Amino acid sequence: MAETKKTQMLDTAVSTRIRLARNLANYPFPHRMTAEQKEAVVREVTDALFSANKTIGQTFHATKIADMPQAEALYLVEQHLISPEFAETPDGVVLRDDSGTVSIMLNEEDHIRIQVVLPGAALDEAMETANRIDDLLDEKLRYAFDERLGYLTQCPTNLGTGLRASVMVHLPVLTDQRAIGSLSAALSKLGMTVRGIYGEGSEARGKMYQISNQVTLGLSEQEAVESLKTVVAQVMEQEAQAREKVFAASPAAFDRVCRALGTLQYARLLSGEEFMELVSDVRMGLCAGALEGMTPGDVDQLIAQAQPATILHRLGRNLSAQERDRERADFVRAAVRSVQPAE
Amino acid sequence: MLCQNCGKANAVAHITEVINGQKTEKHLCAECAQKLGYTQPGFMHFNFGDLLGSMLGVPVQHRRVEENTQRCPFCGMTLEEFIRTGRAGCATCYSTFYDNLIGSIGRIHGKTAHTGKVPRIAGASLQRERELERLKKQLQEAVDAQEYERAATLRDEIRAKEDNAQQEGN
Repeated sequence: MAETKKTQMLDTAVSTRIRLARNLANYPFPHRMTAEQKEAVVREVTDALFSANKTIGQTFHATKIADMPQAEALYLVEQHLISPEFAETPDGVVLRDDSGTVSIMLNEEDHIRIQVVLPGAALDEAMETANRIDDLLDEKLRYAFDERLGYLTQCPTNLGTGLRASVMVHLPVLTDQRAIGSLSAALSKLGMTVRGIYGEGSEARGKMYQISNQVTLGLSEQEAVESLKTVVAQVMEQEAQAREKVFAASPAAFDRVCRALGTLQYARLLSGEEFMELVSDVRMGLCAGALEGMTPGDVDQLIAQAQPATILHRLGRNLSAQERDRERADFVRAAVRSVQPAE
Repeated sequence: MLCQNCGKANAVAHITEVINGQKTEKHLCAECAQKLGYTQPGFMHFNFGDLLGSMLGVPVQHRRVEENTQRCPFCGMTLEEFIRTGRAGCATCYSTFYDNLIGSIGRIHGKTAHTGKVPRIAGASLQRERELERLKKQLQEAVDAQEYERAATLRDEIRAKEDNAQQEGN
């Protein structure tokens, strides 16, 4: 039983992201650069990466945003590998590795933004990969750095470590109980933030949130990651406890996750919004042990695969909104076919 | 209520601003609200540059900054421009305007000195210094927690590193 509880808690974490902001000392920041300077930065960084005497550098390939179809850029946004703003930056260049978990954005807000995205709660692992790439670039490049202010960034909010560490968590019960507002207030006192991942507004779609460190100056990378870990563990524990109570209190929660499953198993048209609402319930049911036949990690992959631009990217052609909803419904139906109530 | 700005039309936008802890209320007509940069009355438009600018030390509405003519020698940015946009022009801007900015940077982060990772160009001595600081902090934690065995190991490690540094210095 104790074992099950621990697994359930971990299941609350959807994915982990590490971002390091770095700049080169001998160029202005991207918003004040000429086209030639931007090209020179791209050249310096790619040379440093590809010429490095380590295999990790060789697995990257560079693509200019202007040279990729719009659907592909949006697909990268949905996979959290580039920012929405960067998808609109024609002269931006993204370096991606074969694993699909690491990306380096060049000439976004800063010259270099190293990003590592891993499934589940994997802060140490993601940090280690980001550091490895950072060290590799540091061997060849001259970073903008000040002994007092640390790594220098275009925005003063990133000064110091330039590190943004985030864990995406699924908090359906805390959302229903309207606890996110107070959670957000409590976290801001600790120098952290919580915000929705899918869609704008107060109610995050799919009840998925990103918890991340806000403060970057005056604490080390290790300290930032450790305190984030502690906070995330506490939030996940709260969600797990609240979930247990809700499922024990009345059959309504069980009814709700079964209905959501039924719709996903039989719907012929599924909008992105409806899908996110229902899949959130199904994921909660799986985490609570009320449903079986799929892991929460499988659900997270399904969610990533059912995002609009990702569907178009997979099919390699444009679809009308209705065709896309049908495609999504077909795809989801097949994926959740074997899920059933655990009675 | 009439608009506080033109005194003619009815005030439809009621705006409360809290800037550097000072609360001000404004009652404006639609036209003046737009003219003064509150683009959609009743639907506050939030400008991140303004927010950051105000955190960087200058209240939004008193942004007629005394002519600070100093320019960043590398990129030509002025302090006024830095504060207005909330963005640095280049790395040198930070050393140029350090004294003007450090108070606000402290307000953003709660601290003013970097204690994290150090790049190659900062040199081996700074890297070693940071490592020593980190170990000493761990030592203090171990002592506070009465974990004396761990404290002894850490103490030896610190001594060895300090000796090394001295030998290299000689």
